[in-house]
Amino acid sequence: MDFLHTDLETLHEQLVNKEITAVELAEATLSNIAATDDTYEAFITVMKDEALAEAKAIDEAGIDPDNILSGIPYGIKDNLVTKGVTTTAASKILQNFKPIYDATVIEKLRANGAVGVGKLNMDEFAMGSTSETSYYRKTKNAWDQTKVPGGSSGGSAVAVAAGQVPFALGTDTGGSIRQPAAFNGIVGMKPTYGRVSRWGVIAFASSLDQVGVFTRTVKDNARVLSAMAGQDEKDQTSSDIAVPDFTANLTGDIKGLKIAVPTEYFGAGINADVKATIKAGIAKLQELGAEVEEVSLPHTKYGVAAYYILGSAEASSNLQRFDGIRYGFRPEGVKNLDDLYVQTRSQGFGDEVKRRIMLGTYSLSAGTYDAFFKKAAQVRTLMNEDFQNVFAKYDLIIAPTTPNVAYNFGANEDDPEVTYMNDVLTIPVNMAGLPGMSVPAGFVNGLPVGMQFIANRFQEETIYRAAYAYEQATRLFEQVPGGNK
Amino acid sequence: MANEQITREEVEHVANLAKLTLTDAEADMFTDHLEKIFEVVTTLSEVDTEGVAPTYSVTEMRTVLREDVAVNAHQSAELLANAPEHTDTLIKVPAILDEGAEG
Amino acid sequence: MAVPNFETTIGLEVHVELKTNSKAMSPSPVQYGAEPNANTNVIDWGYPGVLPQANKGALEYGMMAALALNAEVTRDLHWDRKNYFYPDNPKAYQITQQQEPIGRNGWLEIEFEGEKKRVGITELHVEEDAGKNTHGTDGYSYVDLNRQGTPLIEIVGAPDISSPDEAYAYLEALRQAIQFTGISDVKMQEGSMRVDANISIRPVGSKEYGTKVELKNLNSFNYVRKALAFEEDRHAKIYMAGGTIKQQTRRFDEATGETILMREKETADDYRYFPEPDLTPVHVTDEWIAEVRAKLPESATERKARYVDELGLEVYDSEVLTQTLAMANFFDATVAEGADPKRSANYLMGDVNAYLNEKQVDLEETALTPAHLAGMIKLIDDGTISTKMAKKVFAAITQGEDPVEYVEANGLKQLSDPAVLTPIIDGILDDNEQSIIDFHNGKDRAVGFLVGKIMKETKGNANPNVVNELLMAGLQARKPE
Ligand SMILES: [Mg+2]
Ligand SMILES: [Zn+2]
Repeated sequence: MDFLHTDLETLHEQLVNKEITAVELAEATLSNIAATDDTYEAFITVMKDEALAEAKAIDEAGIDPDNILSGIPYGIKDNLVTKGVTTTAASKILQNFKPIYDATVIEKLRANGAVGVGKLNMDEFAMGSTSETSYYRKTKNAWDQTKVPGGSSGGSAVAVAAGQVPFALGTDTGGSIRQPAAFNGIVGMKPTYGRVSRWGVIAFASSLDQVGVFTRTVKDNARVLSAMAGQDEKDQTSSDIAVPDFTANLTGDIKGLKIAVPTEYFGAGINADVKATIKAGIAKLQELGAEVEEVSLPHTKYGVAAYYILGSAEASSNLQRFDGIRYGFRPEGVKNLDDLYVQTRSQGFGDEVKRRIMLGTYSLSAGTYDAFFKKAAQVRTLMNEDFQNVFAKYDLIIAPTTPNVAYNFGANEDDPEVTYMNDVLTIPVNMAGLPGMSVPAGFVNGLPVGMQFIANRFQEETIYRAAYAYEQATRLFEQVPGGNK
Repeated sequence: MANEQITREEVEHVANLAKLTLTDAEADMFTDHLEKIFEVVTTLSEVDTEGVAPTYSVTEMRTVLREDVAVNAHQSAELLANAPEHTDTLIKVPAILDEGAEG
Repeated sequence: MAVPNFETTIGLEVHVELKTNSKAMSPSPVQYGAEPNANTNVIDWGYPGVLPQANKGALEYGMMAALALNAEVTRDLHWDRKNYFYPDNPKAYQITQQQEPIGRNGWLEIEFEGEKKRVGITELHVEEDAGKNTHGTDGYSYVDLNRQGTPLIEIVGAPDISSPDEAYAYLEALRQAIQFTGISDVKMQEGSMRVDANISIRPVGSKEYGTKVELKNLNSFNYVRKALAFEEDRHAKIYMAGGTIKQQTRRFDEATGETILMREKETADDYRYFPEPDLTPVHVTDEWIAEVRAKLPESATERKARYVDELGLEVYDSEVLTQTLAMANFFDATVAEGADPKRSANYLMGDVNAYLNEKQVDLEETALTPAHLAGMIKLIDDGTISTKMAKKVFAAITQGEDPVEYVEANGLKQLSDPAVLTPIIDGILDDNEQSIIDFHNGKDRAVGFLVGKIMKETKGNANPNVVNELLMAGLQARKPE
């Protein structure tokens, strides 16, 4: 079976009413993955045995009627560590790595009865926005297999958009959930920095990384995030702010909601049809009772530069642990210790990862630190202030998620700068640690367009409330990828 | 920083710091790529950051500390099993020849 | 000054391992001597996805060190990463406090050649220790990560020290100051105290410092002194021959007493420090500092003053007793058990120290307890045993025996009862008339002779004070006509 027309509530009802067992649901999911994944190449590892064993245990214990995730299968981005299940972060350097512990999000979802069915493809160490930098597979866009799926959480977005799983986990450092969600016409939420534990998330850039959720609908998304969020003593940056029930205000009513539309997000470089689609979406929100005004986020255009310095600097340090000594890939025939380091890393990392390690190392070097790393961190302050000025008066910011719809594979191979500019609309949200969600807003040339909902820190409720109203008014989730396989 | 250009020598130096080795072709390619990235990066010099405090993290949490209680995970066997080379109790690495470690 | 016409500048950087229960950034136990890698977890191994969990205890111990060394405690601090690759450094970065160390601008008073001097403490930072590498003969090195993540306090001394002997005095004073806070064992031989030294020399009167050389692998205070003296000499010879000193890191060779080149630094190492994004910034409040200060035990200086002012000890004795925390604590506990302070001090400085030297053990490692020592002293003071008998009792209490029971079981009770002693003394006087005459003729030797007889008769158990009193009375009573 696929999950193109079923939401979590429906699945839960079927499980509670014993129309289907957790094992049957897991088996159906696994056989659909087996049947479709040659097309999408979304999965790196399918967790067949683990999934069936967990589903069996849930059937034996009985589906929990009060827990909507009980017995529900889901997919996991391969940079979230799973005990006993190969976790690669799509890198050769972790090709044989079997973690001996679970990420906190995995533990929490398991405690809620959700059943992990596989590890999803991504850009290597989440560095990229097309999933092409994976060492393992070339994931295809769910709507058009000649187009990129987006990234870095491309596998997660496609697995949900193509109906392989009802929900999937991703991570978002500069847009890695929202951008592939937009490219595949689904809902992708990056929560507030600190909302979800990062324990067990293979770090890319520690001050920017957050775990989030891909779903077909806004309500499903709110349900999964409610189960995942919360303070964790294993992540001292995780927040102690209480986690509300994110589904509580999904009434469809947004009268009086104050929406800001930043001029800079509709500038040159944004596809005209994408702009028009988002403008129409904003008009729809206005129709539903929101008050809309244009605002300015003047430092937006510096976001990409600041992000690439800060993100790469943190990454260069975070990725130093991959040295072939304690786990993972070790090359044959090394001559000495230094050779072990150099050969492991030179053979184990792909070009995009090396590029960022070098940019980051350079940015942190004694002679360049002030002009690069510190300067970028100062610009980050100004970007935060821009957002705080807006949120002093408005509840929500609405913008396009991406400048364009999904494009062809290999489009920007020789010019990383062009690919990096694709993240211009998503990066500022990570820099300020805000929650941001992409919601389907229509199509351009038959490919999905995502509308980005951005709120102040820990105001995910506002995003869900507005996005739900919008989604119910447009019912775009009823359109699913069909032909072109 | 306005006229910052990265040279091939700098690329090689940075690769060395990061324990990476580059072929000639790779060194050329990365120099070219990093130059392009630097074109973007150098736009930051337009921003007046005089007196602006840097933001290294956006967590609002302060002074989160663990109580000093010891817990032994009893994981050493599992940990060692993942090491490419090891004895019953120790991790094996090719001989360390220098004494360059720092404290 | 060891080298004529030159003056020496020395700065010491001391790492002290903190005796917390758990590691600086992970809950693994801190424990010396466990089986390799037994005290490690995924954090210590730098596994993908792990995050550090900063230990409140380590930070508080760091604060204690800062307070004990008269430093200002930093109010807003954060952790930094110091990046370098090494097999005993699994993350390839050390979490430390580079930008905002826990303490700044402290000082330590040392006494050197009879003069008191303050040596500056530039800064103190809390950081992680590395693991341990051992080098095989089989082309491999072996890594044990038990020590990885053990909290350290790095104490960066100002370049205020001007001779190897003064460096030695500084290290003694520092070891004492830290030991009395209770945050570390500060044992060089177990590696819980490690010293690196920077030294340069310059012609007297020169304004510029000479090129400095860094010394590593200094495994005792004595080696620090020897290595510095060797360097002083080496530099002077090079300068006098018209040469230049190169910026180097050298190590001390214990066998030859010389320093050996480890590496030459043309450029400074690039550690790419930056703020640790995985931990929250820390704000230290007034209340927190007050709380930590209240937990700080009495310092050596405070104790010395108390011993002199309240217990009436000599200044010299108070210094000897406070050389180690164990000795001072033992002394306090012995006095608390009711023993006379002066006699307690004498026993600790005399018999106890002699015993420790003979056996080459630390006080904590012996079976001797303050209660037993106090018990013995009380037996002496109330006349139950003589100081001579006490020798045997002391030997017994070092083996853990109870002094009262031991004296009982071995019949070591001193004879002090006049009703028992008077007839014995009378009998001896009856048998030694000549001695009585000699005594009254002013020959004091006669007393010694008679006491000897009494002691022989009583098998040495007679209380000398009582014997003396009774004997004098008997002699007076028998004054010849
Ligand atoms: Mg340090
Ligand atoms: Zn250090």
